[in-house]
Amino acid sequence: MSRIQTLFQQKHKRVLNVYCTAGYPELNSTLPVMESLQANRADLIELGMPYSDPLADGPVIQQSSAIALENGMTIARLFEQLEGFRDRITVPVILMGYMNPVLQYGFERFCADAARVGVDGLILPDLPEYEFETEYGAIIRKYGLDFIFLVTPETAEQRVKKLDKLSSGFLYAVSSSSTTGSNKQMNSVQDYLQRLESYQLKNPVLVGFGIKDRESFDAACAHANGAIIGTAYIKALEGAKDVGTATKEFLSTIV
Amino acid sequence: MNMQTYQQPDVHGYYGRFGGAYIPEMLHPNVEELQSRYLEIMQEPSFQLEFRDLLRDYVGRPTPLYFAKRLSAAYGTNIYLKREDLCHTGAHKINNTIGQILLAQKLGKNRIIAETGAGQHGVATATVCALKGVECIVYMGEKDIERQAPNVARMRMLGAKVVAATSGSKTLKDATNEAIRDWINNPSDTHYIIGSVVGPHPYPDMVARFQSVISEETRWQLKEKTGSELPTHVIACVGGGSNAAGAFYHFLDELSVQLVAVEAAGHGVNSGLSAATTALGKPGVLHGSKSLVMQTEDGQVVEPHSISAGLDYPGIGPLHANLFDSGRGQFLAVTDEDALRAAFDVARTEGIIPALETAHAFSALSQLSLKATDQVVICLSGRGDKDLATYMKQMEMMGI
Ligand SMILES: Cc1ncc(COP(=O)(O)O)c(C=O)c1O
Repeated sequence: MSRIQTLFQQKHKRVLNVYCTAGYPELNSTLPVMESLQANRADLIELGMPYSDPLADGPVIQQSSAIALENGMTIARLFEQLEGFRDRITVPVILMGYMNPVLQYGFERFCADAARVGVDGLILPDLPEYEFETEYGAIIRKYGLDFIFLVTPETAEQRVKKLDKLSSGFLYAVSSSSTTGSNKQMNSVQDYLQRLESYQLKNPVLVGFGIKDRESFDAACAHANGAIIGTAYIKALEGAKDVGTATKEFLSTIV
Repeated sequence: MNMQTYQQPDVHGYYGRFGGAYIPEMLHPNVEELQSRYLEIMQEPSFQLEFRDLLRDYVGRPTPLYFAKRLSAAYGTNIYLKREDLCHTGAHKINNTIGQILLAQKLGKNRIIAETGAGQHGVATATVCALKGVECIVYMGEKDIERQAPNVARMRMLGAKVVAATSGSKTLKDATNEAIRDWINNPSDTHYIIGSVVGPHPYPDMVARFQSVISEETRWQLKEKTGSELPTHVIACVGGGSNAAGAFYHFLDELSVQLVAVEAAGHGVNSGLSAATTALGKPGVLHGSKSLVMQTEDGQVVEPHSISAGLDYPGIGPLHANLFDSGRGQFLAVTDEDALRAAFDVARTEGIIPALETAHAFSALSQLSLKATDQVVICLSGRGDKDLATYMKQMEMMGI
């Protein structure tokens, strides 16, 4: 059983996944940020690999990516930083990023290195399901990594079920059709999450996009297994003197 | 690979190993709707009728195929110019925007977004939105807004809202990112009119089909003039590749016709300031399709350079990546300096001021060894009015 699956066996409710950008705010912040997330009760860590053209991201995460790239972050450097991190970090870790840098690194080499250092799963929002099924899925499975697809309120029932079947670990329910960090109202999010609940999916569901405080976290958790916080945490790290303190302060307002 | 045709992608949008639809799930409903309906809509008689009528009466098609006598003499061959510069709004871009606005209406979309670099596609989009009374938002890099002021004014006069893309390098690539983000955030009422044969499937095929009117006309016009439908060469400049796709389309599977695609070398292919994607790019994913992409070793997309904003793009349509990969197309690169020289040459030998993009295609003439018996078609993709500021600077330097 994968580390992610084990987590969901032990905890079904209010699972907290926090997104951070590798190499942000400083090149060598990656590990300290991850350690402070774990210390302050994050159940999962989603580590973003910075990219020059992050299509699905709003201004805050875009900016963190740009800073991380300026800091000199690369996939190769990230794997160097992650070398041996399992001595210190026990929570599941997922790498999130876009296809182009991963293809350039070499897809199989990427999966092999991720598995070797102790990463548990991947989110690649611009890897489509057709290419996953015909080419990349087998490589991901070969290295024992979980792969998490996204669904949105506009995703039709049949497709949700298909993406659930292809996913392992959990399913990522985007709260509204938007880029990350949008302030779109989550009015109808309950209906949508109840709809997902009624499909009896194989995977747990985590809700992401627009989760920024206790209220939105509670709302997301009402009909899902937990939620993902990204933009709000990146904002909390902005200009922080000490990532440990900033993380502690931020997460204490959520859990 | 499917060897039968270079024209059409497979059902998943692949030309050889390039194409596909690498999009986040948020775009899936819109892209899927387009994939499943574009061919059916384009084949509807009512669509065809209105498309053809507008191309004739509004755009001014067919555009002439003009035998350029003095230019031919200068190169010792036979050169025909396909006059897309005579289209309404001054470039081929409107062939595509007319098609896409009609398609958007069939899909019931009442809000249009577009990206633009030089502003030609933005103007062509603003024009068809005015024609149909539809809301129009054009994303344009902050830098391009500064350097293409007249086209920004045209779009505004036509009623479009021009939004500055302030992320990344603030040029065409970033304007495209912003347009895609807008589409993600507006999933139900919006159609995205992409301006070239790039983007996720079905855009490359759809835009190529709308632009294919260029080569459709060229065939019968050439036959009228020479007795043969087939030229020996077709030359076109390539940014994303829409005018080239249109000019090549009905010759793609005529293997006797040499297809010459001309990219912008900027200061020189290896100068670090270039936009010659096939020379410098590696396979990658940009703006929703797998193609050749100019990028760093780490897979970050690099900012290209060309004197012509319309060629200043770090990617190329998957149809063209496949022409390059398979050897079906010949890819040349022309520097800023050579393009400028060609623009002045054409102005003075034929009395036609070409767009800077098009000037690259003309400059390729001197890189080819053309014979007296050759029949060469050049796609004159646009007129040079929008580039007058650059041309004036050049004249100052040349003391004209
Ligand atoms: C006159 C002209 N030609 C060519 C291009 C390049 O685009 P494409 O390669 O899609 O034809 C542009 C783009 O702005 C243009 O304005």
